[in-house]
Order: sequence, then structure tokens, then C-alpha cells
Amino acid sequence: MLPPLRTLRAATLCACLSMCAVAASVVAGPAERLYTIAPDFVRTDLSGRPLRLGQYRGRVVLLNFWATWCAPCIEEMPTFSRWQRHFGDGGLQVIGVSMDDDEATVKRFVAKRSVPYPIMMGDAKLGELFGGVFGLPQSFLIDARGRIVYRSVGEPNIETLRSKIAGLIDIH
Amino acid sequence: MTHHATVLCLCFGTGLFFGASAVGAETIAASSIPTADILQPAALDAALRPNAAVRPLVLQVGFRKLFDEAHIIAAEYAGPGGASGGLALLRERVAKLPKDSAIVLYCGCCPWDHCPNIGAAFSELRRLGFRNVKALYIASDFGTDWIEKGYPVTKGG
Repeated sequence: MLPPLRTLRAATLCACLSMCAVAASVVAGPAERLYTIAPDFVRTDLSGRPLRLGQYRGRVVLLNFWATWCAPCIEEMPTFSRWQRHFGDGGLQVIGVSMDDDEATVKRFVAKRSVPYPIMMGDAKLGELFGGVFGLPQSFLIDARGRIVYRSVGEPNIETLRSKIAGLIDIH
Repeated sequence: MTHHATVLCLCFGTGLFFGASAVGAETIAASSIPTADILQPAALDAALRPNAAVRPLVLQVGFRKLFDEAHIIAAEYAGPGGASGGLALLRERVAKLPKDSAIVLYCGCCPWDHCPNIGAAFSELRRLGFRNVKALYIASDFGTDWIEKGYPVTKGG
């Protein structure tokens, strides 16, 4: 016996609402993470050392999501390296999170360069913690209290980023 | 049994492909795609609605982690077009399709002008004789130009 039309309609409505809920669950973006405490996480960096974001509380953290295939990411790396060298003692800590699919590629890439900050492999779960990293480059500036105070997406505006960091530590 | 063996082969093959992803395919700029073959996000959204006349096959030709985070509903992962392994996956996916199949490719890993994948994937399908291929124009990245615009997505592999 066929179910009554009303039951079918109700079931269809429920199915549609469920699909919308699933779709909406990943729509909440990184912008909504601004001015909230950065989610803590633990990962192992490329040299095998465990790294927890929370261990840098008290320092200003530039958390940079990047990949070897991302040309703008590669462009900004020398600047971030320079900042780490010059302003590390002043309280800045750059952390690189590679969204490459293959760790060996990243290790080869980093081995050819002198990168003075830790780099770890990211994944979809880590991206989701920060509201979703759906494209690169993407950086989060986290203040000494652990709050995300700025987010940079796409082509880097180095001057803007530098002035934001300057507002948090003395880099003049 | 045969099905399981096929899945195992695919997984193993995928691992090999991505392990070799450093061995890139020829870099073909997104700007090489003819304007007439570029699709705007709003047009694709309309084409994917249930009442659309012809719903295209949507293939993400970017990177696995970004696909797992979020992708266009009904999109399939076809491997990064900028890597030879990715192009092999793409060829495998379309091998049995008629040459007039409606196919939309997208990446969105990074700004359009810097995308290492979309141009190569588009070029490969054209080389194979597919005549009804479009490339989704994502100016900045998938988050900015699709998700934040409110177009529907889902996540997972």
C-alpha cells in the first residue's frame, strides 16, 4: 500500500531541511572566527617536534596556511621569514601550515629554503577549526591573548599585514 | 569481490598519483581558457538546480584537502590538473563519457591568475575531444567566490 500523500510531502520536506542543514554546516566561514579565541590544536612539525598553538600564548602568532603549488604563498614566504628573523625576539611567531596533499613534496620544498619558523602539515579538520580554509594563501593573526584579530585571504597585502603586526608588537 | 578490488586499485593508484604530484604536468595558465568557455558561479548554481534542463557533471580538479573541507554539491574529485597524476585521474573519470557531455571544471585553490590546475584540466579535456566543457570562474578562491556568496556546498570525500 502506498503511503498517503501528506506523509510523502512531510518526508520530502524533512529530507530537504536535512540537506540544507548539512550544506549550512560548512557555510559558517573564517570571518566568524574573528575576535574569538583561536582554537588550540596539536600537530607535529616537519622535523617531528610536537607543536601546540597554545604554547605560543603570550606571543603574537601569524598562522599562515600555504602550499607549494600556490604562487602567492611562495611570494610571501621570504617576507614572513624576514619578519621571523627580525621580530621573533620582539614577540612574533610565524607558523606555517601546509595544505599540500603530499608531505614529501613539502619537505623537499622547505629543504631548499631557509625557513626560520616551524611548518606542519594541515588537513581538512584543521582548516575547519578555523572556519574553513577553502583557498590559499590565508593567514590568521593571533594576539598575545590568543584572539584572532585579523585574517588575510588571497593575494597578500604585506603592508597591511605588517601594520597589523606593528600594532601588536614593537617592530619599528 | 571485483568491486572491492577495483576500489583498492583506485585508492592505491590515487596514492601513487599524489605521491608523484611533485612531478607536475605542463603549466597551462587559466587565461588560456576562451572567454566563451568560462562559466560564472551564478550560472552554475542555476544549472545545478533540480529543475534545470541539463545538469552538468561537475569535477573539482584541485587539491584533495580543499575538496574534503567543502565542495560543490554533486561535484566529484578528479585530481589536480597541474599534476600528471591528477590528469590521469581526470582522463579515467571521463573515459566512458560521450564527447558531448556537459562538464564543468573548477578548482578555486587560489586566485584565478595563479591557479595551477584549471587551465591544464580544461586543455586536457579539449585535447580528448570533449566539446561541451566549461571552467567555473573563481576569481579569488572557492571560499570567497562560492561559499561566502551563499551557494550550496557539502563536505567530505
